[in-house]
Amino acid sequence: MPAGLRLLRECEGETPSRQPAGRRRDKSRLLNMADVTLTVDGKKVTAPAGTLLIEACKTVGIEVPSFCYYPNLSLQGACRMCLVKVEKMPKLQTACTTVVGEGMVVITDSDEIKQARKSMLEMLLGNHPLDCPVCDAGGECELQDMTFSYGAAESKFMEAKNHKEEQQWSPVVFFDRPRCILCYRCVRVCGEGMDVWALGVQNRGVSSLIAPNKEDHLECEECGMCIDICPVGALTSGAYRYKTRPWEMKHVGTVCTHCGDGCKTTLGVRRSDTGMEIVRGDNRDKSGTNGDFLCIKGRYAFDFANHEERLTQPLIRKNGKLTPATWEETFALVGKKFAEVRDKDGGSAIGVIGSTRTTNEEAYLLSKFARVVLKTNNVDHHRTADFPALSAALRGKPDATASMADVYNAPAILLIGNDPTEQHPLLAWQIRNNVRLHRARLYLLNSQPIKLRRQATSFTQIPAGTEGKVASFLSGDDAAANALASPSTNRDAWTALRDKLHEEKNLIIIFGAEIRGNDIASLIAFGSALEGAKFICLADYANSRGAADMGLYPDLLPGYHPTAGGSDFHQEWAIPPTAGLDLPGMVEAGKSGKLKALYVVGSNPIGRLNIDPFACSKSFVVVQDMFLTETAVIADVVLPAANAYEKSGTMTNTCGDVQLVKKAGEISGTKADFEMIVRIADAMGFDVRKLVPFGGGTHADMGQSRGAQSGEADRHAVWLEMQGLEPKLTPLDPMAILDEIQRLVPGYDVSRVNLLAGNIEHTSLTKSGPGAAQKPESISPAHDGLFTSGTLGRYSRTLKSVMESHEVKPAEVAAD
Amino acid sequence: MCNLVIGKLKIKTGVPVFNYSITKLANFPIPMADLVSHPDEVRVVSRRFGQGAANLDRYLELDGYKAVQKALAMEPDSIINEVKNSGLRGRGGAGFSTGMKWSFVPKQSAKPKYVLCNGDESEPGTCKDRLIFEHDPHSVIEGVMIGALAVGAKSGYIYIRGEYRYLLEIMQKAIRDAYAKGFIGKNIFGSGRDLDIYWHGGAGAYEVGEESALMESLEGKRGIPRIRPPFPAVVGLWGGPTVINNAETLANVPHIILGGADWFAKLGTPKNGGTRLFCLSGNIAKPGVYELPMGYNLKRMLYEVGGGIPNGRKLKAVVPGGASCPCLTAEEVDVAMDFDSVAKAGSMLGSGGVVVVDDAQCIVKFALRTMKFYQHESCGWCIPCREGTDWIKKTLMRFHAGGGMKKDIDNIQYLAENMLGRTFCPLGDAAAMPTIAFVKKFRKEFEEHLDGRPCPYEKAGAEELVHA
Amino acid sequence: MKFSDEFEARFAEMVPHYPTKRSALVPTLLYAQDEVGFLSDEVIAEIASRLDLTELEVRNVISYYSMLTTKPRGKFNVQVCTNISCMVRGGEDILHHCAKKLGIGHKQTTPDGLFTLEEVECIGACSWAPAAQVNYDFHENLTTEKMDRILDEYKKKATQ
Repeated sequence: MPAGLRLLRECEGETPSRQPAGRRRDKSRLLNMADVTLTVDGKKVTAPAGTLLIEACKTVGIEVPSFCYYPNLSLQGACRMCLVKVEKMPKLQTACTTVVGEGMVVITDSDEIKQARKSMLEMLLGNHPLDCPVCDAGGECELQDMTFSYGAAESKFMEAKNHKEEQQWSPVVFFDRPRCILCYRCVRVCGEGMDVWALGVQNRGVSSLIAPNKEDHLECEECGMCIDICPVGALTSGAYRYKTRPWEMKHVGTVCTHCGDGCKTTLGVRRSDTGMEIVRGDNRDKSGTNGDFLCIKGRYAFDFANHEERLTQPLIRKNGKLTPATWEETFALVGKKFAEVRDKDGGSAIGVIGSTRTTNEEAYLLSKFARVVLKTNNVDHHRTADFPALSAALRGKPDATASMADVYNAPAILLIGNDPTEQHPLLAWQIRNNVRLHRARLYLLNSQPIKLRRQATSFTQIPAGTEGKVASFLSGDDAAANALASPSTNRDAWTALRDKLHEEKNLIIIFGAEIRGNDIASLIAFGSALEGAKFICLADYANSRGAADMGLYPDLLPGYHPTAGGSDFHQEWAIPPTAGLDLPGMVEAGKSGKLKALYVVGSNPIGRLNIDPFACSKSFVVVQDMFLTETAVIADVVLPAANAYEKSGTMTNTCGDVQLVKKAGEISGTKADFEMIVRIADAMGFDVRKLVPFGGGTHADMGQSRGAQSGEADRHAVWLEMQGLEPKLTPLDPMAILDEIQRLVPGYDVSRVNLLAGNIEHTSLTKSGPGAAQKPESISPAHDGLFTSGTLGRYSRTLKSVMESHEVKPAEVAAD
Repeated sequence: MCNLVIGKLKIKTGVPVFNYSITKLANFPIPMADLVSHPDEVRVVSRRFGQGAANLDRYLELDGYKAVQKALAMEPDSIINEVKNSGLRGRGGAGFSTGMKWSFVPKQSAKPKYVLCNGDESEPGTCKDRLIFEHDPHSVIEGVMIGALAVGAKSGYIYIRGEYRYLLEIMQKAIRDAYAKGFIGKNIFGSGRDLDIYWHGGAGAYEVGEESALMESLEGKRGIPRIRPPFPAVVGLWGGPTVINNAETLANVPHIILGGADWFAKLGTPKNGGTRLFCLSGNIAKPGVYELPMGYNLKRMLYEVGGGIPNGRKLKAVVPGGASCPCLTAEEVDVAMDFDSVAKAGSMLGSGGVVVVDDAQCIVKFALRTMKFYQHESCGWCIPCREGTDWIKKTLMRFHAGGGMKKDIDNIQYLAENMLGRTFCPLGDAAAMPTIAFVKKFRKEFEEHLDGRPCPYEKAGAEELVHA
Repeated sequence: MKFSDEFEARFAEMVPHYPTKRSALVPTLLYAQDEVGFLSDEVIAEIASRLDLTELEVRNVISYYSMLTTKPRGKFNVQVCTNISCMVRGGEDILHHCAKKLGIGHKQTTPDGLFTLEEVECIGACSWAPAAQVNYDFHENLTTEKMDRILDEYKKKATQ
């Protein structure tokens, strides 16, 4: 697609699709459709005109079986499992392709239909190997389930089954043709859902097979969607295959620890010598905004947890060497040193670096620990977006941020900068599928011809570094158009684009780290003039937003309240009066010897931010991490930390959606950062009750229960937990801090019930503090793509194993 | 002698006065070795066979391009009505009223409309379109043009199966010649109307003969049928309304326009207008393509036109309309060959491929060869066709090789019956219907194969000839 | 890669016939195969790029059509029909005769690279059965003797 502005190319079905017109479905047409009433198995069913019969049946609890039908993918009519009787039609009809009609009379359960279903299964099983006992899908296989429900117990087939050797298409994708039932879900989700088009159907008849794009292997985004969507064990995961049986795992739904999108991932965990092993990640239950979407990181890159270089005991530098030590010895040493420095040189001699991957509770606790215990405002973290500027600009504006779910439903989206396909795979999925299924208009402004241009209504390529000028221009600074105008996009085209955007209602404006500081203010000034516009600011890591919201800044407390004063925190915390040092400031202080101690929690500034490893050679450095990172190797004390899959709490994605993080398991010899912070405070002689408000809650029955009889106790406990009133019995309970966050951090007063139920709660910046201007250069985008994930990614064998992580190839052309 | 009226063509405006008559050709001159004739033949589509009509000048001498000129002077609806009233039904096999099909095309359409000629003739036993393309390509072009005028299309495509390369070349030349004369292209016959005709070659796939798969193939894709509705008349080629007709059907159209609907209708039986190209093949003395009136008696066709069963053999079965039609036994052949009568007899008129099987042939092997074809040609899209054809083929192979068991016979029937009416497209039915007929009508012959006995029809020492 | 002028002329004529480029795919592949002998990786890449398709899509299409092949074949592709009309008139005898004479089986090629033998489905010569096609040439009303003469003729043609 040529660079430059292709303005107003309305998407009249011209989005690339390999499907013939008859198979495409436009869900937007279903909106505003009148209802029709039909009868299914004697039940009255009412559904909007245009609804598929199979979906209408679902609404009244009638299951019509299918393999090839999959919501939101194009229709196939291939598996013939959903055949039903429609009155006045001579043949059985496929419920997945039949649209409901007024007065239609449908029968889904008759001898003829039962026989049709049974024979389909018989025919499928004819060539399907019955290797279920060793098949990864055994126990969670749709063919097994269908056979159980609709099939026959006897086998009429006695011929040799067609065999073909299993193929490995990539380190993570294996294909076993004999097991494949050719439902084409994989082909469609890869093409239509992912816009990758890496899978095809080859040969014909009984020799038909699914084929990868490079003849014998795949070159793709390695998302593994094809594996998860496979109803049988034809596509299996290199990470999971032959490891365990599905019923041997504990399934824990938590939040992916990689990028900032906040996908739900369900981890399959089983016992191992080291405590536990995560063997699988998927989201088949479609919990979370991501539905069943996960990228390679969410699906496979949990393997860092069991990397053999994982630290499992504390290390103390003795005679220049990091030497194993006991926890007691270590906490005592750190507590003593921190207290000494604080008492002798003052809190300002201590620096604290927080993490973008710890929970909100840990980030908050660290922020509080720094201010209250260490008495320092020298707090910072690896910043990848300018959230303080966002907060300042949106303050007082209600409903001004969009959730990840909103992106899927918005009528129009403006995206400036970033490459979501690489950096925010869920966001890209939401945008793509909104365009595909709801015909959303996508306006792209980018310095690169990013892949999402294929979905764009208009794509404008701009010189790198001029994103801020775009913000100025949009907000009315016509002079900025001079810097932007180019032969392909002249001033008039820019003006036309702005006019077009002005007409959009409920536009979601998404921007990457290219836009910071005042440019954010300009963009928000522009958006605020539009009806219903909302914003998303893109940051890189799983809890980058949480780190910002929880005040891991030298001049900002949680909720973007300045350290200087004027917030609720100043009532409760004793906060040092002056703003602290940011990361570069701490480095300088380290070099000059003024920084006597540095506490790094889950961050690797030396490895990631180009910091001179000798800058802190005069400081007492404590590092909490999973691995001996570039930062950990120079430390005086290294504490082995648990990761996000080994702890509980909450995290906030880049949109401000907060979700519960659930502990899937643990590796013996590690501790959560939360516990380590508390223990250090304790070792410093600090009253941890003042740090973590535990011991609260209530034992009273609050009128909810008359006693602990016959299940009442259980019900009562659930009720208390839902209200956040359950007793927090230890200072190590993150829920105690969550209580405080919900009480003190503006916008976090969301429903605890919903959080606990695994739902997503969108936070608001409306009541945040005024923020503080940050230096634009303090933002350091990570530029992680699909196959990298900061320091963590280096310890994921799967991420490193796929060939795409080693070579960058231009995306293949989309065809008509 | 040939007493065709050869009009002098006037390529000006209006339709020349024109005397049209159809004659039985007793002593038709046959310059080509592969043409046959019989006094009972009524030559409509085949009237120019052997006349060198692939040459445009010769075609013009033989009343060529008169029909389209007449059609240009007609209202689209009257063209459609004329075709409707003629009783012309699809010659590809389904026998749907051509005029009805045309009337389904919406008058107004945002997307361009198309006419698509289905020349992907692949039904085993059928070799009629081949002769039309070879001997009378312009009649197909003219048929497409009239179809286009009737439905308001501006482009027509003539799809010819890949194996018929020489016919594709004949067609290319015919189209180029017609363009050169200005018969197609811009402002045809000075009418101010534009009409383009293009040729298109396939590459070997029976399934592409199915109309929606044909469109997929023409669009450069795998020949997988489309979900219907929408039907091609509403959403067809590249999303535009499309009329798809068999080559023989379209070749009939100019004759209907010139000769009139009544004349054409009366050639056949009620609701079965015109004639039919019947391809006699198999164990018959005089195989060949004969044009006989609709409703012609099959028995007479076999014994009078086809010269009976050679080598002193007796008739065992006839496949009346290409491999997908259920066979008729020797006792069932006294049937009128029109769509409705053959349907009443439990089979289908199909594509006109009459395959004669004598009593030296093994029906099990015949069934196996038929199923092997469908197994090979199944597109694989849906379960029952993909798996059913493979399973039945495998069972029949074992069965014919002497490894059959009694329950196999029921199983073959069970599988075929469970394919019938449940597949994504008619190919599954086409595989199931003849199989059911073979088992039902020749069960005894299946039973003769049981208990490890060698096939009673196999010549001693003959090799197993059917490949896996 | 380079095709003949004849191919280029055909290609240039064909593409504008259709509203979408890829519509020309199937005939283009067949013409390319006629010229190169089979659809090599190079041919696939070239046609894919000309028609704005991925190679995967081109391969998907190739593998669907039985006349298209990605494997080299002999100079003369002897395609013997054994479908019903031919079978009842001895089509299989013709096939086996060819197999014996050429010393090769279904889809095999003689060592001299002259002949490939293929059992094919109905080629539309039912009324003139049994029949075979050598490349695109029809040979009908075959007997084993006639088939011998035909094969000898082709062999002679190749050695001239």
